[in-house]
Amino acid sequence: MLARIKEFLGMETKPTEEIGAEEEVEKVAEEKPKPRIGYIHLSGCTGDGMSLTENYDILAELLTNMVDIVYGQTLVDLWEMPEMDIALVEGSCCLQDEHSLHELKEVREKAGLVVAFGSCAATGCFTRYSRGGQQAQPAHESFVPIADLVKVDLAIPGCPPSPEIIAKTVVAAINGDMDYLQPMMDLVGYTEACGCDLQLKVVNQALCIGCGTCAMSCQTRALSMTNGRPELNEDRCIKCGICYTQCPRSWWPEERIKQDLGL
Amino acid sequence: MVLGTYKEIVSARSTDKQIQNIAQDGGIVSALLSFALDEKIIEGAVVAGPGDDFWKPKPMVAMSSDEILAAAGTKYTFSPNVWMLKEAVRQYGLEKVGTVAIPCQTMGIRKTQSYPFGVRFLADKIKLVVGIYCMENFPFESLRTFISEKMGVSPELVEKMDIGKGKFWVYTQDDVLSIPLKETHGYEQNGCNVCLDYVAELADVSTGSVGSPDGWSTVITRTDAGDTVFKQAVEAGAIETKSIEDVKPGLGLLQKLSGDKKTKNQKTIDERKAMGLPVPF
Ligand SMILES: Cc1cc2nc3c(=O)[nH]c(=O)nc-3n(C[C@H](O)[C@H](O)[C@H](O)COP(=O)(O)OP(=O)(O)OC[C@H]3O[C@@H](n4cnc5c(N)ncnc54)[C@H](O)[C@@H]3O)c2cc1C
Ligand code: SF4
Ligand code: SF4
Ligand code: SF4
Repeated sequence: MLARIKEFLGMETKPTEEIGAEEEVEKVAEEKPKPRIGYIHLSGCTGDGMSLTENYDILAELLTNMVDIVYGQTLVDLWEMPEMDIALVEGSCCLQDEHSLHELKEVREKAGLVVAFGSCAATGCFTRYSRGGQQAQPAHESFVPIADLVKVDLAIPGCPPSPEIIAKTVVAAINGDMDYLQPMMDLVGYTEACGCDLQLKVVNQALCIGCGTCAMSCQTRALSMTNGRPELNEDRCIKCGICYTQCPRSWWPEERIKQDLGL
Repeated sequence: MVLGTYKEIVSARSTDKQIQNIAQDGGIVSALLSFALDEKIIEGAVVAGPGDDFWKPKPMVAMSSDEILAAAGTKYTFSPNVWMLKEAVRQYGLEKVGTVAIPCQTMGIRKTQSYPFGVRFLADKIKLVVGIYCMENFPFESLRTFISEKMGVSPELVEKMDIGKGKFWVYTQDDVLSIPLKETHGYEQNGCNVCLDYVAELADVSTGSVGSPDGWSTVITRTDAGDTVFKQAVEAGAIETKSIEDVKPGLGLLQKLSGDKKTKNQKTIDERKAMGLPVPF
């Protein structure tokens, strides 16, 4: 996986100097061919795509100078899927929908990097609750995260992922900042997410410290804190996996944090 | 780097008599957050406010100095302050938020800032993190065991709690009671046993009691933002300082305690790893 990403980025080592965002944009614009980005919409709600566009400050710069959006319903008027450097795949995949299955396989063939973009693609999110029986396709009942079907390179969970994380990921990918992308490579394996992960993987493992980061980051307010421990309202949980992803006791990017703070 | 990366370490206290009276140590947390509020560096702060039970804190968004002061004093049990940051930004509409955080809470905040997966438009609004030192924390029922069972005091009579000089202290209007820290072992939160951060190494400014005399705090400035705010508060006369070299017990003790915590908990981490249990560090 790492090799594939490095190969795509045409790099072997990480950049050593720290540079500001603006300089980064200019540097990229000058030196590198713009990556061709595709946006593939499976069983998603377009919320992840919307979140991308909420990077108001840098969007114009991003679209004009940093990347080429070469494919994507709602964005580009093109029916044939072209070759892409990065494919952002939104939505889970319905096993009863031949077209979706075909499209996902085609993405894998045509894209250098396949990104599970948003929790539906990464963990299934609330399509995990699908069980068919509805008009006009009563048989459409099984939805799975895309990593169940094809090899995925990066996962960006979130329902939707924040505009900031999308911007940070794109910039890191363009700059070949492997350190920053490492957690996203690791998160590819986190496909069976649930609010109950906090209990199973943190509290049960004697790791919870009652900080409240999980409850803060839950996007549906399914979590509250009782006696210093997360309490899950299962009826509200959409299995996006954000709580466990943001918990400081699940994974800990120490070097990056120190670098970001100048410490 | 037993104390983390820093710019400066001093001994300090609030010059405000009211803060001196109610604060745990030098009142640095209350003074700094109030100063930042007055100077509009922040628009509100998440603090460990009073809860429904005595000594069981509840995180709250303080919008005035009075509310910040109402939360002064250490409560040796969970106050999930990070939880309330979203409330501060969404419900209170704050663009610039301050907070007080023990080291592990600081970790939750900083991870969210570097990797804001699901946390839209929030991470960059956290402008001032005042970290406090922390050796360990206790579930509320552990605290109740110390106070009600071991010391025989009713929690509502307690005016202050403190850990220091090898003992857990409780102050009521008439009495000063204590139990040896040894008696608290086994009652601490388990997650603390793998914690490698004593002095809030990722805060903008960290403060705690160890190193300075009673009524004073040891302050560590770390980030540019933290250093600037602290210096402004000193310049404005809200905080007075002494050189850490001139006070007792001084930096040596702080370094020792921080080093001891790291060594002891690293051992627990290694043991956990040997058992195949997960550890994030
Ligand atoms: C669990 C715990 C363990 C500690 N262990 C040590 C130690 O080993 N060595 C040491 O030197 N100092 C320790 N401290 C810090 C010390 O007790 C004081 O909090 C610190 O010196 C600040 O004092 P102050 O006078 O500046 O703050 P004050 O002006 O009195 O303000 C205290 C601030 O702390 C907040 N607060 C209180 N309880 C909590 C809590 N449980 N969680 C989060 N925020 C809280 C309050 O909201 C308030 O804003 C510990 C604190 C806690 C909460
Ligand atoms: S985020 Fe904090 S409170 Fe939530 S599970 Fe993790 S350690 Fe516990
Ligand atoms: S508890 Fe909230 S954050 Fe966690 S998986 Fe469920 S919906 Fe997502
Ligand atoms: S010892 Fe560490 S984990 Fe425990 S409460 Fe203090 S900062 Fe948090």
